[in-house]
Amino acid sequence: MAEIIESGGGEKGGKKRPKKGVVRMDMTPMVDLAFLLLTFFILATSLSKPKTLEIIYPKEVENNDEKTKLADELATTILIGAGEEHLFYYHGKFDPDTTVLQKTDFSKDGFRKVLLDKNRTINERVFELKADLNSKQLSKEEYEAQYKEAYSKIVNDELAPFVIVKTIDKSMWRNVVNAMDELNICNVRKRAILDMEKNEQEAVEKRVTELGLPAAKESSND
Amino acid sequence: MPKPKMPKSAPSLDMTPMVDLGFLLVTFFILTAKFRPNEPVLVDTPSSTSELLLPEKIMLVTIDSDGRVFFDIHGKDVRREMINGMIERHPELKLTEEQLKRFSVMGMFGMDLANLGTYLKEDEAVRAKMDQMTKGIPTDSLKNELAEWIQEGYEAFMIDAQNKGISVEDLRDDEGLRYAIKADGATEYEKIEKVIDIFREKNIFQFNMVTTLEAGVDISAESE
Repeated sequence: MAEIIESGGGEKGGKKRPKKGVVRMDMTPMVDLAFLLLTFFILATSLSKPKTLEIIYPKEVENNDEKTKLADELATTILIGAGEEHLFYYHGKFDPDTTVLQKTDFSKDGFRKVLLDKNRTINERVFELKADLNSKQLSKEEYEAQYKEAYSKIVNDELAPFVIVKTIDKSMWRNVVNAMDELNICNVRKRAILDMEKNEQEAVEKRVTELGLPAAKESSND
Repeated sequence: MPKPKMPKSAPSLDMTPMVDLGFLLVTFFILTAKFRPNEPVLVDTPSSTSELLLPEKIMLVTIDSDGRVFFDIHGKDVRREMINGMIERHPELKLTEEQLKRFSVMGMFGMDLANLGTYLKEDEAVRAKMDQMTKGIPTDSLKNELAEWIQEGYEAFMIDAQNKGISVEDLRDDEGLRYAIKADGATEYEKIEKVIDIFREKNIFQFNMVTTLEAGVDISAESE
């Protein structure tokens, strides 16, 4: 495929000069191959690397002393029922007679709004911290280190609200992850995942029928 | 007007830069590509705004929407060590050298011990069928094979780290084994809780839940 283009020489007659040649190769097949490989690897490489959400579960504690110490007015509980939309919350302590379960969801105006409202002071302090650190012009490592320390102090404040995520056996994993994600977004670090109490389950079921929400799918294996 | 001189030979384009670039990209993709091992189950993970990348050295428990449990651990040597430990525990599990080798390079698996030997003997097509039929690794308290895999996996990882001379500090820091749970969004929480409880019995409390990325939110903008 290589060809030699002759330039000059020969025409003038007379003395024969050594041929000046530019060696040129037809690169088309090579290019074809290169781009074929390129296409293959682009397509075969998975672009979205899996991300991860860290969840720390507490040690199994036998006595409930820790739990009762937390003030009721700081507590918000989200109840995750069986169905996709069976999501309710209440503030404070559960009382089967007076507590009204509020329907919620994981959209922008759903549970996040509730949490942001509840967690307002903490969030403001986090913003202040960020602004403060940004104005200091720190190196990235310094920033990270200082931010981490101050942040954990803020979010673990004694007066920081805490959220309890309560599930039943049939709760969908997606809803649990979404709930945890909302807590991350709203800087709520004091949290727990617990099983729903019996009377809470009943309340959820009652509320579901009241609101006429679609029931949970019987089985997801079809 | 002078007549334009036509070149004698066919017009040709200098493709060298393009080829250079092409090969550069090919090299880049070849070097960065990592072949995904065949996954026996398809799992549609929920999305989160977390931007943490999944660590590399992980013990991964996958739970599909039917609640079937699959197990995987990072590293060929670790897997080899782990299966040896498992054989020690269960002398009835007899595997040939070839099966051991296959196990160490294989990805995720969801077989109970009784079927593991056959699974490792068969070719890919049969294995794919077995993956579909399997009930996953048993997690019930009578025959809690998952707990045994977790235990053996952890021990194998530690032995392997020792062989490679990784210090204790590093293990506590970035080099240590992380525990990841990858579950389908539609899985019932009960099934996941069961797996988590098995981990908790082993004093493991921190998990990486595998999620896909969804667009992040800046609450400072929203709360105005």
